[in-house]
Amino acid sequence: MNLVFDWAWLPQLGRGLVLTVELTAACMALGALGGLVLALLRVYARGWLSPLYALASAYVHLFRGTPLLVQLMIVHFGLPNVGIVFTPFVSGLVAMALNTAAYQAEYFRGAIQSVKAGQMMAARSVGLTRLQAIRHVIIPQALRLVIPPWSNELIYMLKYSSIVYMVGAADLMGVGRTIAAKNFRFLELFLVVAAIYLAVVLLLTLTMRWVEKRLRVPGLGTSGRGA
Amino acid sequence: MPLLRVEDLHKRYGTEEVLRGVSLTVVKGETKVVIGPSGTGKSTLLRCINRLTEPDRGRVWLGDTEVTGKGTNLNRIRSQIGFVFQDFNLFTHLTALDNVRLGPLRVKGLGKKEATERAMAELARVGLADKAGAYPAELSGGQQQRVSIARALAMDPQLILFDEPTSALDPELIGEVLGVMVKLAEEGMTMIVVTHEMGFARSVADEIVFMERGVIVEQGSPEKMFRSPEVARTGDFLRKISELYGDAA
Amino acid sequence: MTLEAWSQLWPKVPVLLQGLVVNLELLAGLLSLGLVIGVAVALVEVYAPRPFRALALAYEWFFRGVPELVLLFLFYFGPSQFGVDISAFLAAVLALGFRSSAYQSQIFRGAIQAISPGQSLAARSLGMSRLGVIRHVILPQALRLSLAGWSNEFSSVLKDTTLAYGIGVVEVMRQARYLTARNFPLALPAFIVVALMFLILTYAGNWGIGLLERRLRVPGLEARG
Ligand SMILES: Nc1ncnc2c1ncn2[C@@H]1O[C@H](COP(=O)(O)OP(=O)(O)OP(=O)(O)O)[C@@H](O)[C@H]1O
Ligand SMILES: [Mg+2]
Repeated sequence: MNLVFDWAWLPQLGRGLVLTVELTAACMALGALGGLVLALLRVYARGWLSPLYALASAYVHLFRGTPLLVQLMIVHFGLPNVGIVFTPFVSGLVAMALNTAAYQAEYFRGAIQSVKAGQMMAARSVGLTRLQAIRHVIIPQALRLVIPPWSNELIYMLKYSSIVYMVGAADLMGVGRTIAAKNFRFLELFLVVAAIYLAVVLLLTLTMRWVEKRLRVPGLGTSGRGA
Repeated sequence: MPLLRVEDLHKRYGTEEVLRGVSLTVVKGETKVVIGPSGTGKSTLLRCINRLTEPDRGRVWLGDTEVTGKGTNLNRIRSQIGFVFQDFNLFTHLTALDNVRLGPLRVKGLGKKEATERAMAELARVGLADKAGAYPAELSGGQQQRVSIARALAMDPQLILFDEPTSALDPELIGEVLGVMVKLAEEGMTMIVVTHEMGFARSVADEIVFMERGVIVEQGSPEKMFRSPEVARTGDFLRKISELYGDAA
Repeated sequence: MTLEAWSQLWPKVPVLLQGLVVNLELLAGLLSLGLVIGVAVALVEVYAPRPFRALALAYEWFFRGVPELVLLFLFYFGPSQFGVDISAFLAAVLALGFRSSAYQSQIFRGAIQAISPGQSLAARSLGMSRLGVIRHVILPQALRLSLAGWSNEFSSVLKDTTLAYGIGVVEVMRQARYLTARNFPLALPAFIVVALMFLILTYAGNWGIGLLERRLRVPGLEARG
């Protein structure tokens, strides 16, 4: 049996890729925001703020301890039971953003905690408030330290966004599947789809490596792990 | 009126009583050197003075403001008390200039131009104007410590606390830091210096304070402390430390 | 989400559990496959001559760069295009197992490289063969060092077994979908129950691995960082 490829697939797959990229970008941005807040709560919310610490911790454990696919199903098929209905794209975005926020929270927390204790003390000794110290001293360092694990998470979410076809979104995976269901060229289509994902992963890896290098500060350890 | 008044400070960690009633006063322009064996509570004392560590009991006044008072604006007080750490604690992600400029910008609320001028002036004062753009990791230990002194100076402090500022330095780099400190003392800066550098203590200190196990054992002029200490322990310690650091008189 | 929905769901929980057993079988299969291939790939990457090393790295790169769902589809539909029929379950074990091996090989490679060169020098000085060194000195240490990384991989692939739903394996997600397709109001409670099942499994699994880690602990041999 011969492999058969068709150039006509590419424009359709391209449209799917656009959706995949949009979904990934949006969920990573929302997740970064949520993750940073969760991490700050988990590191600094003590005393009268400790209920927030407990909430943030519970959130992180819950979302890291359950499959993203189940979370997606709850959002898309479960929430309508209580009158909340989303389009497939929005369901995907909501589930992915909630999920990656929990993971990013752990990366941010690790980065914040690896900023040396003396940095906070020195900031306070100059007279900065705790919030100022967090904002001007701790966070800028943590953001640089978090780049390698964050890049891995980005690539992870790009690949994992393929689950949204299961609720009917026309992402790269979904489009590939739709075409294949019509012409039964599953192998060829998924080889092409795999190649496109690989290309995007490669592009992202190189981009993030460049970003990391651009933002590098001597002495601020960026112990990179390969993506 | 003394510039700094410390009254009966107590601090314990768990069951360990680290400070057991420490009192001292520092007048304007004075350089006070604190010496004592390791684990005696010297760092804890300095940190309790600007409440980087919260004392359990006792009071601290800076001028007529009570540092330990309930409604005190702690950040304002801290901006008036410089602190120089043993391991520098320069902000890793900032250049020398930005390290020095951060306080003036964010605490004193100076404009960018003014803060920059201020920071450059302090860097020049410690002899590092040409290193303004360098990150801490690109500086030697001695240079880092001088930047951290400039960072303290940029806040216009009434008093600077030095916690073993040369202990983390290679021997050949100690001189440049002590040089800066001698100059500050001569210019009339008020300082409390925890150090094992007996040469510095002898020549610069107005008064030497000997601490052991959470209390002040003896204090007095270098003359008195080196020549005729009243307490035997003081003499023992000074002899030992001078031997160790190669600065017998 | 009414109380009624919950009470309707209750008698169906055994069905969900049946599905969950399939997830666990899948997990066992893919982890074992991943372990064997992962160790082999890691050894090749550290000890084999250059061309083999490059091949192993390419293998890693492919299986780490392609979404698991795409791999599942390739393994399930690919062979049938050549007239070879493969069950959805087997396809899932292979696809997820190969993928996991690419992650596990990185864990093992890191562990092998973390062992100080003195260990192997000392073993060679006793007259041990190169293979003997690997088998008796390097691997026992490396496997212990990789337990922490391996526990991450465990939690991650445990959850990924749900992806087998995509090629029709009748695992817990599929069972939940069957239930809720017939009875729409069951959706929310059913998926919440599934989520809880995974939460429990994740924590139970990590606890077990922690126990294993303590059992196998050798003073002085710890994963750093
Ligand atoms: N944050 C802390 N938590 C618990 N114990 C502490 C803490 N900080 C200091 N200690 C203990 O308090 C005692 C005094 O410490 P401190 O650092 O003040 O001594 P020191 O005189 O500065 O000694 P050195 O010359 O070694 O710097 C030590 O026994 C130390 O272990
Ligand atoms: Mg000390």
